Amino acid sequence: MSAALLVRALRQPATVEHLDAAQWNGLIAAAKAERLIATLAWRVDGMRLPEPVQPILRDARMDAAREARQALWEADRAAAALAPLGVRLVVLKGTAYAAAGLVAGQGRFIGDLDILVPRSAMSQVEPALMAAGWEWVKEDAYDDAYYRQWMHELPPMIHVERDRMIDVHHTILPLTARPKPDADALLADAVPAGENVWTLSPEDRVIHAAAHMLADGDLQGGLRNLWDIHCLCSEGGRAVPDFYLFLFERAAFHQLVPAVWRALRLAHDLYGTPVVAYRAPITVDYRLRASDRMFIARLLARDGWGRETRKLLVFAFYLRSHWLRMPPLMLARHLWTKWRKGHRPR
Amino acid sequence: MRHSLTLQIGPATFRIGSAWRQPVEELTRLYAGYPDRHDAIADFTVRLQPTGPLRRWVRPSILITGDHGLADAAPMSLAHGLLAAEMGMNLQMALGWRRHLLLHASSVEKDGRALVMTGESGSGKSTLAALLGERGWRLMGDEFALLDLDSGAILPFPRLVSLKNQAIGVVEDVVGAQRMGPMLQATAKGDIRHLVPRPDAVARMAQGAMPAMLLFPRFGHDAAIRPVGQGEAFMRLTQASTNYVALGEPGFAALTRFVTDVPACAMDFPSGEAAFDMIDRLWEDGA
Repeated sequence: MSAALLVRALRQPATVEHLDAAQWNGLIAAAKAERLIATLAWRVDGMRLPEPVQPILRDARMDAAREARQALWEADRAAAALAPLGVRLVVLKGTAYAAAGLVAGQGRFIGDLDILVPRSAMSQVEPALMAAGWEWVKEDAYDDAYYRQWMHELPPMIHVERDRMIDVHHTILPLTARPKPDADALLADAVPAGENVWTLSPEDRVIHAAAHMLADGDLQGGLRNLWDIHCLCSEGGRAVPDFYLFLFERAAFHQLVPAVWRALRLAHDLYGTPVVAYRAPITVDYRLRASDRMFIARLLARDGWGRETRKLLVFAFYLRSHWLRMPPLMLARHLWTKWRKGHRPR
Repeated sequence: MRHSLTLQIGPATFRIGSAWRQPVEELTRLYAGYPDRHDAIADFTVRLQPTGPLRRWVRPSILITGDHGLADAAPMSLAHGLLAAEMGMNLQMALGWRRHLLLHASSVEKDGRALVMTGESGSGKSTLAALLGERGWRLMGDEFALLDLDSGAILPFPRLVSLKNQAIGVVEDVVGAQRMGPMLQATAKGDIRHLVPRPDAVARMAQGAMPAMLLFPRFGHDAAIRPVGQGEAFMRLTQASTNYVALGEPGFAALTRFVTDVPACAMDFPSGEAAFDMIDRLWEDGA
């Protein structure tokens, strides 16, 4: 399995020096499919690499650098649009890692701009962004109403000139999900990263990444999300003694201990994240649970041609993501509406 | 994947995997004269896979994808498998190539200098390149011209030449049937048939040439020639490039240099013969 090869290369970069051409092809295809090719390029920098691999990795790093530059410019434009409202711009995920200069940002491809604003300010944020050139991506009354009533974000908007998407969040999980993170606390503890951009606190970054990966999504792109968590934790642990203690305390406050704990077990097992176990004041160990094996099997479902494998398991996680997102009756109604509109799971 | 091969075209290497035997067999036959790269590390992976679980066997339908894919890619029938493979390679180049400025243009070379022709689909740039390639020019490519960011040279990308509709008969009359691929009828772009470039075009596919002239040909109009200014050429080439934005400043610098150094003309032509006369004259005068 080439996803396993990718995990090993990220964890122990020196192992790539012994790969043959077929393994390199599998590794590169898996890394591109998981959007980790530029991260891989950073990791294996300085290793002895076959001649044809070098330009492939150089191209990937160049692409990632361009995306980071664009992402920071988008953040700057959004900050300018929100400045008259007195709303400070808190950026999430990739843009935040780039803005704060974190290891997690090295080689990370950044898609949309994700921002977090107070829910009470949403009614002003929306027209301010539209006045600055963002517009709705899709006009669908059901989707629009669904987003506004139940989601943790506005329907996606795209900038009319720059063609870049923005997701405006007011919290980090759908309102229908069982855990209720404290969005006010997320905003109150945000830290500055650059001139007019803020990011979540180091603990909240991990909690958001874990919530996004394990309490919301279907694990598409999970290896990348888990790599984010690995980097955030490794860097957090180096900067602050007892980082993991603060992390668990904060996770409990946001009702997200299960997601964070599982994320740490998975990251420790796959990427060797230097997690710290505790006996007091809390008991935390990182032995894999039986269910973790399913998550690992799902995360590694990628073959040497970059294709997704284990279709049934992948579909099971797709169902799980919906199960997490809303209560059963609502889920049934939602899926029925989407089915009638012609939507089919990939 | 079940069936696969690795092809090198110009500076790019493609690993092509297919769920079906037929496309790989056709590629193997038509690319027989290209370098054997079966154990190479490829720049791109191309996949021809069934569009759904049953579509390998029942009304086989090809999804073209790979390192880069399009969310709304149209499915293709297995009868057009060769075209699907070619489109798959083009897609990887268009979306993923970063080592040169990619121009959607054909190019031919004579005496170490390159003639670059760009235009919309149907402008006749592929047909002209194919025919010039049989008339003493070296065919460098019919789809992509690669502009080197440092030297300013045009590098070849001599894949199979894709000929459409009435161009098929015109070219076949000149080269004979043995260098032509299978007739692919009723594709989204009409009938398509591929031409295998001459052996010297393949043998010299690592050799670039400095550009000496840029043409904007347009087939189906009365013969006319109009000089094209640097500004217009620049704008039209940015639109003919899929990676101009991705390359950033180096792309801008290379393209600026290209339009500053290379004279450009728009050429309307009613027939191949008329075009050859005009090109000969322009080449002697300007280049």
